[in-house]
Formats: sequence, C-alpha cells, structure tokens
Amino acid sequence: MTTITVEASELTRMYGANTVVRDVSFNLNKSEVLGFLGPNGAGKSTTMKMLTGNLAPTNGTVKICGIDIIENPKAAKALIGYLPEQPPLYKELTVDEMLSLAARLHGVARSHVKKAMTLAKERCGLTEMSGRLIDNLSKGYQQRVGIAQAIIHNPMVVILDEPTVGLDPIQIRDIRALIKELGNEHSVILSTHILPEVEMVCDHVQIIHKGSLVFNGAIEVLKQQRHGNKLLLGLHRAPDVKELMKVKGIIHVEPVRDKLLRVQYEAGKDPAEALVQAAVSNDWGMFQISPDQTSLEEVFVQLTQQESEH
Amino acid sequence: MIFTVAGKELRAMFSSPMGWVILALLQAVFAHFGFFAGIDQYFNIMSGAMRPEQRMGVTEFVGSNIFNMASFVMLVAVPLLSMRLISEERKNQTLTFLFSAPLTLTEIVLGKFIGLVGFLTIVIAFLAAMISSLNLWTDMDFGYIAANVIGLWFLVASFAALGVFVSSLTQQPIIAAIISFIALFALLAFDQYLASDPNSFFNHVSLMRHFEPFSRGLVDTRDISYFILFIFTFLTLTVRRLDADRLRG
Repeated sequence: MTTITVEASELTRMYGANTVVRDVSFNLNKSEVLGFLGPNGAGKSTTMKMLTGNLAPTNGTVKICGIDIIENPKAAKALIGYLPEQPPLYKELTVDEMLSLAARLHGVARSHVKKAMTLAKERCGLTEMSGRLIDNLSKGYQQRVGIAQAIIHNPMVVILDEPTVGLDPIQIRDIRALIKELGNEHSVILSTHILPEVEMVCDHVQIIHKGSLVFNGAIEVLKQQRHGNKLLLGLHRAPDVKELMKVKGIIHVEPVRDKLLRVQYEAGKDPAEALVQAAVSNDWGMFQISPDQTSLEEVFVQLTQQESEH
Repeated sequence: MIFTVAGKELRAMFSSPMGWVILALLQAVFAHFGFFAGIDQYFNIMSGAMRPEQRMGVTEFVGSNIFNMASFVMLVAVPLLSMRLISEERKNQTLTFLFSAPLTLTEIVLGKFIGLVGFLTIVIAFLAAMISSLNLWTDMDFGYIAANVIGLWFLVASFAALGVFVSSLTQQPIIAAIISFIALFALLAFDQYLASDPNSFFNHVSLMRHFEPFSRGLVDTRDISYFILFIFTFLTLTVRRLDADRLRG
C-alpha cells in the first residue's frame, strides 16, 4: 500500500535575507525510512522544524497525511512524533511521568495511556528505568526517553533529528534496530551526518547542501554510485595496459600506487574470474583482487561539490 | 488539554522543595505579621477606644491588616513563581515538546497561567482559612472576607498574567523575576505619586486602586472587569510572543 504521509512542496525558509532552506520538495510514503543527510548547517534541522510545525516556512507547504500543518496544525501535529536535536525532556520528572504527560498531551485516551507507556518503554529498552528521574539518566537513556516520547502516541510520521548523536556503539546499534522496526509501520524521517547509518537503516536518501536538495532517491542508487564497477588489482609483474585491456569487459585501467591498479569494467560484466585466470597463465604475480569501493564520503563530497560548481 | 498543561505546572511546583517552601513561608509571614500582629494590635487599640464610633469590628481590623499585607507580599512572591514558567522551557529547549504536541498556543499559555493561579489559589485559601478560624471565638463578617478574597485573587491572577508574559520574553528566569517585580511595583505604586487627582488616567490603570474597593468589602464589576481585561491583555501578548518564535525562529 502506498499512501503518502508527508508531502513537502517548495519549502523555503529565510532568516532576513539569508536563505537557509531553498525550494525543498519531497514526498514520503507509508512505511518508508527517509534519511536526511547533509553537512553541518545545511538546513536539516530547519527543514525538520518546518515539517513539525515548530517553524513557519517563508514559502511552501507541508502536508501530513493530506492535512496542511499551517492551516490545521492541531490535527496535523497529532500525527507526528518529533525528537528534536536536543531531547525536550523535563528533567525534574521521572521517565513514567514524562511519558504519561507526552501521551496525554498527544491525545492518547486516558484508558490507553498505561498501555501506550508500557509499549513505548519496551521498544526503547526503558522498562527498568520507569521510576528514575530523567535528570539522573545517562545521555544515551535520555535520548531513548526522547524517542519514546516521540512514538508513544503511535504517530503516522516519526521525525528524529540526529537520534544517535552522543551514544555509545551498542546503544547506536539498538537505536538503529529500533528505527528499522519503526519503519515497518510508520514513516520515519531521520537526519544525520553519519553516512553508514543512512546506508544501514534508510530506504530513501536526501542530501541537502546549503539549503537545497542535491540528491533525492532510493538508497540503491546511492549504493551503486558507491560501488561503481571497479576492481582493485595488485600485480607484482604488471603487463602493459594494452595487455590487460584484452581481458573481456575491461574498459579502463589506471595505476593507483605501487603495483596497484584500478580496473573499470562494463556494468554487469565482472571480469574478476577472467583476470585471475589470465594472471595465472601469464605469470603476472597477482597478490590482490578486490572490489574497489569509493567511500560514501567520496560520493557525498562529489554530490555536494558538484552542486556548488553549478 | 489546558488542564493537562496546568496539572504539569502544578506538579512541577510541588516536585521540588520550592513550592512547599514558598507555601510555608508565605503562611508564616501572613500568620506572624498579619494575623497575630493584627489581633495583638486589636486588643491594644480597642481597649483604649472608649467611644462607640472609635470601635471597629475584628474582621475589618485584622482583615484589612492581613489582606493589605498579602497584596504586597504577593508582589514579591508571584514574580518568583512565574519566572520559570516559559523562560526555563526556552532555556532547556523543552518548549519544542509543547509546540510539537497537538496544542494551540492559547492552550499552552492558558495551561501555564491556570497552573500558576491554581497554586496561588491554594495560598489564598490557606489565608482565608486562617482568618476564618477566628470564628471559633467571635462572629466573623464572612461577606467582608469573601470580598477581600475575591479581590486578592483577581489581583494575584493579574500579577500572574504579567509574570507569564515577562517570562516569555527572556531565557533567564532571574531576569524575568526582576522585570516582573519592577513592572508590578510600578503598576502598584505609581498611583501614589502621579494620581493625586482621583480622575487621572493613572488612577484608572493602577492595580492597587482597583483592589482598594475589595478591601473595603465592596465587590464592583468595574474593578472585576478591569482585572479580567488586564489578564486577557497580558495572556494575549504572551500568545503573540510565542507565535513570533514560530514565525521568526
């Protein structure tokens, strides 16, 4: 079932003469996880604030399940769960008090509050922390409470602003798993500047740079850009480039550094096997062959710099 | 929804020693300097007052003493209670929590206001109970007490409305407290200096002038509507201020 849950069109936000977000448009379907990527100060948080109705856009509209957030903020906000960059927690409350407050403010029926709380605590691994004061929890647990308050009313759209910042690796893994799980029933928008995180949990990626979208597509597209069609080849007695080009499928060869070569091949025609055979029969002295991955960072840098050249 | 926010504020007040201490302190101040001192003076003065026209009822004597003092004590107490309502949320960035919830700004502001007024109502209720306890030994004029309680309640609610507004202007609770105190003090006091003419403009806007009839036992709808307008104005300004956050960021 593909129902559009978030519809942002031509979102623009200006602070004085300074345009922070420029013409950002996208749609998000149900049970999709959208990753929002960008360097610091690219406008990720500003966009998220506009999506959640915390900031009025200078121009453009946001619709949550078809409800305009500016015209009908109450109904639209009821469908959103939002975790800002800084978890908005009342430090003087206990976890239970905080969550029950969040549930009631988000319109969870009185009889369901208990149930919603238990479920949210279970999902975020907070069950043993029920009676603890939020002030006394570690940063990681506070972050979890932040996520719990965002999902307690079972919203259609969950918006998380850098949810894994400041967590230890195990907590990061847990929270990523939680986000994936949330993505099964809810739409999730998640911002981060950690690239592998996007690759792990997101279906869709948007890269925002200096306020504009520079990439908007499925994660597969980004992955393809990343893997390219390249092999890294190590030969002790490398032959001529022409000799190498004779192997089927190879279209380009370039030296990397001592005895390493980067071999580009036609899509779908991986010449690895042929190369190994040729290397053995011609005694090229092969000591390494591996797929050459451009790092996501490189793709990211490429994308963000491409745009600035325009 | 409004009451959920109000309940949260009220609970926050009592979840730290702050609420309890203020409640106890106010009660002690009212009892010592208002109530007991009033009764003491009553016996001293009335024992000397021989002629009938010099004599006055115990309710009026102790009541005017205690309620006049209460209005000045509240001048200090309300800014201390109202200072953190919005400024602290702004500082801790928890305002986002309320803004993201399906609440209108009016509901947020009203909730906070009602939470604070709820606390102040408890203070006033204790005060009323204290003076009414005299009824054990004498006949009290409950009409007079009721008028004073209503007047004090409106006065304090007005203080609270102004306090909430000032709290929405800054991130620092202490600054909010100081500014609200100065503003309230000016509103209370300037009729003393500027309004020798009973029909002057300042006379009409001075909070204290509108409290006076209540302290004489007179409930006047003109004064009540003044207080309601005062509260309405400052709460509206607060809503506008919070809306500016959303618009200007």
